[in-house]
Amino acid sequence: MAGGSSSSSSSFSTAPAPSLVDSLFQRSLDDLIKALRSQPAGAEPSLLSRAVAEIRREIRSPDPDTKAVALQKLTYLSSLHGLDASWAAFHALELLPSPSPLHKRLAYVAASLSFHPSTTDVLPLSTHQLRKDLSPSSPPPFSSLALHLLSLSASPDLALHLAPDLLPLLSPRSSPSSPLRPKAAAAALRTLSVCPDVAPLLFKPLVDCLSSPDLRVVSAAVGAFAELASSGDPTPYLPLAPEFYRVLAESGSNWILIKLLKIFTRLAPLEPRLAARLVDPLCDLLRRSSAQSLVFECVRTVFSGLPDHDRAVRLAVDKVREFLASADDPNLRYLGLRALSMLGPRHSWAVEESREAVIRSLADPDPNIRREALHLIMVMVFDSNVVEISVLLVNYAMKSDPIFANELLDAVLTTCRRNVYELIVDFDWYVSLLGEMARNPHCTRGEEIERQIVDIGLRVRDARPELVRVARGLLIDPALLGNPFLCRILSAAAWVSGEYVEFSRNPLELVEALLQPRTSLLPPLVRAVYIQAVFKVLAFCFSTYIDQLEISQLSSLGNSTTGGASSIVESNTAAAASCIADGIAGMESTDGIATVGPLSENDEVEVHGRARNLLGLIHMLREILTWKTEEQGFIKDNRIGEIVNLLQSMFSEELGPVSVNAQNRVPVPEGLVLEENLADLAWTLTEDDTAPSMSISFSLRSHQHGKTKDAAASSVRSASLLAEHRKRHGLYYLPTEKDETESNDYPRANDPLLPASQGDVPEDLVKLTKQSLIPRKVKHTKPRPVVIKLDEGDGVSTFPSTTVKESKDDLLSGAIHDALLGEGKPSSSQKRYSDKSSRGRVKDIADTGESVSQSKENLESGNREHRSSGSKSKHRGHGKERHRSPQKNEEKEEKNHRNSARSSHHHERHKHRPRGEALLNVAPRAPVIQHFLL
Amino acid sequence: MAIRFILLVNKQGQTRLAQYYEYLTLEERRALEGEIVRKCLARTEQQCSFVEHRNYKIVYRRYASLFFLVGVDNDEVCPSVLLNELAILEFIHLVVETMDRHFRNVCELDIMFHLETAHFMLEEMVMNGCIVETSKTNILTPIQLMDKAS
Repeated sequence: MAGGSSSSSSSFSTAPAPSLVDSLFQRSLDDLIKALRSQPAGAEPSLLSRAVAEIRREIRSPDPDTKAVALQKLTYLSSLHGLDASWAAFHALELLPSPSPLHKRLAYVAASLSFHPSTTDVLPLSTHQLRKDLSPSSPPPFSSLALHLLSLSASPDLALHLAPDLLPLLSPRSSPSSPLRPKAAAAALRTLSVCPDVAPLLFKPLVDCLSSPDLRVVSAAVGAFAELASSGDPTPYLPLAPEFYRVLAESGSNWILIKLLKIFTRLAPLEPRLAARLVDPLCDLLRRSSAQSLVFECVRTVFSGLPDHDRAVRLAVDKVREFLASADDPNLRYLGLRALSMLGPRHSWAVEESREAVIRSLADPDPNIRREALHLIMVMVFDSNVVEISVLLVNYAMKSDPIFANELLDAVLTTCRRNVYELIVDFDWYVSLLGEMARNPHCTRGEEIERQIVDIGLRVRDARPELVRVARGLLIDPALLGNPFLCRILSAAAWVSGEYVEFSRNPLELVEALLQPRTSLLPPLVRAVYIQAVFKVLAFCFSTYIDQLEISQLSSLGNSTTGGASSIVESNTAAAASCIADGIAGMESTDGIATVGPLSENDEVEVHGRARNLLGLIHMLREILTWKTEEQGFIKDNRIGEIVNLLQSMFSEELGPVSVNAQNRVPVPEGLVLEENLADLAWTLTEDDTAPSMSISFSLRSHQHGKTKDAAASSVRSASLLAEHRKRHGLYYLPTEKDETESNDYPRANDPLLPASQGDVPEDLVKLTKQSLIPRKVKHTKPRPVVIKLDEGDGVSTFPSTTVKESKDDLLSGAIHDALLGEGKPSSSQKRYSDKSSRGRVKDIADTGESVSQSKENLESGNREHRSSGSKSKHRGHGKERHRSPQKNEEKEEKNHRNSARSSHHHERHKHRPRGEALLNVAPRAPVIQHFLL
Repeated sequence: MAIRFILLVNKQGQTRLAQYYEYLTLEERRALEGEIVRKCLARTEQQCSFVEHRNYKIVYRRYASLFFLVGVDNDEVCPSVLLNELAILEFIHLVVETMDRHFRNVCELDIMFHLETAHFMLEEMVMNGCIVETSKTNILTPIQLMDKAS
């Protein structure tokens, strides 16, 4: 490869110090590779840096051989070892004109691997050499190299300058079976996409390539059109449909057919008659072709291009079932699932037909296939089958591996949350499902579950009793406390049971659960939520107790006149009241004070503050106990009633969901200047910001000293507390008795289950459900509860962003559209565009951004410029109009527009029209092709 | 929908050939290669040949000690414009056969020591990310001519 230099210098490869080796006795690439291979592990960086130093020296050599070998080595190192080679761009350029094919080749490879317009500032220097190598007089291999460099590193400038040089290579006259023509077609594609202005020049030759007898040329041209049609707006290529159809009928090459089908996939939705014509050839290919790639492409085309043609869809679905059934080829199974998910919900019968295969795929050994199956199943979720599918997936998540289990949970959570729970009818069911998910040993989606528990609590009033029940189940289980992923859920559960405590059957049990010893495992912020919940629960019990006392007082006074009504109230409250009677006493002596007491010393301020609050409340309650014995005192003391009212009102205000737009609606108070620059206040910050942090760290430290001292004591205390708790709530503890006194010896909540044997998993899975994926009408036993929705902004965040793929080169499709329409005329605009090559213009085009190109014929009558400035600028103007713009801008632009009416081009690209008007212009779609087609 | 990159990687995860058809900085390339290699090399024979990674779909196949990986755009919005995965697998096979014919039983070392030749083969087959040549004879003729000339 490296020719003579390789053999002559190989004897020096063993030289001890490469720095001593004279550049005359240069190391060849082979030597370098050998040295890299034989070097001990870890020595590579030093070897590489020495090699680069060597190269830097050698590459400046006046001798082209030395320079070429240096460049070759650098190319190797940069390509495979990731070293920077951009500094050598100029040296590569130096070698480009070399008469030696070897050097030229090296230089081109180096350039095409490292040059890029954004980093290589010497790129314009290559223009002349590229033009020379592209000329028909130079040897074809050179032209090929130049084309390759052009296709990889063309800048808009370079493309504009060299586009005319591509013409001779593209034309059939050069030589009938030149190997350069397909390459030129591919390079023309690149030129077009970096610089849409050359469309008028290159488009016609590219179209001519479609009718070449040489299949390679046709293939390259079809490939170029497939790329163009799929990367932007396909509308401009519609007039070429008959041409593509002819190639489809004539060509037998699978490569060409696949690319053609890509084009038709894009074109068919635009023109119903084209779709109708495609059905027959597609069905034919589906039936006859033995190449799986082609069959798959047909399936894809039918599913996304012709979903209305039942015959084709039927045939394609059958093929997909064959794919799914192929036990030995995971690729086909994957693609089969992929294809099915392209069919919309309208064709859910297709998924239903292969339901078993799809469900089985959830247990496939390949995680990618499992993911596709899950994706497919989630696409098919409707409000009628959401219950069955969710239950299936949540159950299956118990058995699968941790990663996939969480993907399953994720899928269920996001699907059910969609658009403010629009799929959920039975919230009681969903809330208990959330509880089940939390108990999944692999669950790491605590945050999302937390969010939904709180969200449903706020939005769905009817779901609250069930929510409290589920929350109780979670809070009371001591095994869950040790799992760091669940603490967020527990926090939500604590909040729910505090906020909606009126639905709780046994508030005191809640207090015990919230204060159980293992809560010390929770992070401080969650503990703070726990304590606050205890506070709410106690306040609730307190007021119920007082109420009950009052009632009993009344009923004893007023005999039994009230009868039924009061007795119902009584029976409700009596339970709570009697609970509190013996509960408060018990709590004081055991859990309550004992657990909260030390917390008031906690160094986390949130926990500390709330614990203090709680203790204050408990002290007050203690007084009430004494009143109970002497009821007269209670009745007389009016203070109690006030306190009750106060506490009650503290929590009685219902919290609601907050709209994301709420902030906008708050009127700005008078006198508040929001725009004022706050930079003037900077000095106040810089002076003061050190002091507070100092003091805080101080107090923290002193606190910790105190803590460490009685750490031992507190651990003994907590152990005994734990034993007590265990005795009382044996239900939630494992039966083993051996380590009862050790606090950290709990069974971990997340102990993975024994993995089921691989063989029977799919069967289990299929058995799990007899459900169908087809939407069907289900009679709901109870009506869907009201879900509070706020304004339009509420659901926004949950919608999947359905941004239609905006092409980056709408400009290009627009330009091509114009080129197609203007094919006949020797338009003046064409000349103008090829001449105007100034740098500024090119930049301008790049800046126009993401305007949607809706190239339309109907002209707005008001705009004279539109008429006068040729079809191209017409398109631009329209494209920009669809872009909404602030009012101010519009006015300014209008003014500008009037001021200088000369260069119409520039102005139209920046002009805006009111939106309604622009919409009116999007009227007729396909009048252009009427005479071309059929 | 065109090919974005072609990588040849050995069992140890070392890159043996890298051809990009879109611009990435060296750091991006190194990071991308590392992530993809980690993902693909961990997969077994029973798993399918398609891996999604960031905005790419990677189609790969293993031949002896070498992994051939081809990256194409992964378009979630419009999956129909994706390059045909099975066709890419056929293309990979074509690359291997072509190299095999040229080097006679191609191995990792052949590609290391003849990196440019390997690049030329790819240049003959792929232009600007589009597959332009699929005949082994047509691919190899200019390379043999060049080798003779130099």
